[in-house]
Amino acid sequence: MKCRSCGARAAVEVRRHNSAFCPQCFLSYCRNQVARAIDEHKMLQRGERVLVAVSGGKDSLALWDILLDLGYDADGLYIGLGLAGYSEPSGEHARAFAAGRQAKLLEVDLPADFGYDVRTAAAADRRTPCSACGLSKRHIFDRQAVDKGYDVVATGHNLDDEAAVLLGNLLHWDLAYLARQRPVLPAGDGFPRKVKPLVRLAERETAAYCVLRGIEYQVEECPMSAGNRHLGYKDALDAIEERSPGTKAAFYHGFLERGGALGAGVAEEERKGLHPCPNCGAPTVSELCAFCRLVARAAGRPRRRLPVSSGAGL
Amino acid sequence: MGKVKVLLRNPKRELEVEGPIGVQALLRQLGLRREAVLVIVDGALVTGDTTIQEGSEVEVRPVVSGGSGT
Repeated sequence: MKCRSCGARAAVEVRRHNSAFCPQCFLSYCRNQVARAIDEHKMLQRGERVLVAVSGGKDSLALWDILLDLGYDADGLYIGLGLAGYSEPSGEHARAFAAGRQAKLLEVDLPADFGYDVRTAAAADRRTPCSACGLSKRHIFDRQAVDKGYDVVATGHNLDDEAAVLLGNLLHWDLAYLARQRPVLPAGDGFPRKVKPLVRLAERETAAYCVLRGIEYQVEECPMSAGNRHLGYKDALDAIEERSPGTKAAFYHGFLERGGALGAGVAEEERKGLHPCPNCGAPTVSELCAFCRLVARAAGRPRRRLPVSSGAGL
Repeated sequence: MGKVKVLLRNPKRELEVEGPIGVQALLRQLGLRREAVLVIVDGALVTGDTTIQEGSEVEVRPVVSGGSGT
């Protein structure tokens, strides 16, 4: 198989574009797709301070690498989740990347800084681990960005992530989530702007990008994610994509182009009644924000240090 | 005919298959979708039309990540 751009031996296929690329042309393709997403959706301006949400996985490290290569002023923030056997190597990958690129990495550790880990919080707050993790991350990224003067938070959500979330939101006709499922969420009411520059890249492409760039990342799956609903949606979409390459991209980008009316006005309605949390200052419609409630409940429980399972999959 | 050593992840384990073998045939044998993995032969990413020679070391690396999706 030959590279579509230069005719050299290809290393990566991109079936939805009926293309394949050699290593150098593939890296250019990835950077171009990110630059195009940033431009199309007006995600970033030159000179803005960007805080990249870094997990130590392929998506966030690829995103950070590409933003730096594109000349953006991008620092990283890594959050330690307190998952024994998983959080340590994830943090090491984030630190090694930052050191190699001479980039600035901020760190927050849930057990050290807030007195809980994701397992404990999930049990205490009667949430799934992924829900407790997502709530913690969103809150901390938002607060760190606002408190430290960053203009925007960039997350590594890729095309597969967004298509899977869209499928889930449509299956449940969750208009509030559909209204928020945009590649750019504007700043306001105490929230920083949030952007998803990887929405034009599939997760196979961000993984290939890291391999070709020599970026070491956390390959093993989070032990808490096995069997979660999001992975089920991905599996269903993958089965369709296998037969009809390009379906995921058409589904998600079609939603962005033509699905704007879904949930129109819901987001504005949701933001009515927002006020600062009396404990931490984060915007909330409740007496105390969801994060502070979770911290309070988790703090009353001993930390759960269960052995890490091997997870599902390969 | 000789052996091809295959490293699988999640969980990490090794197995051997008969070589030479095509990438797509290997993935079929393992019950994996092409879009869900990268195939790395002797340290280099390869495309689906590649034939893996005996004596090669292959990593089949999953690319799917889960989480809250938020």
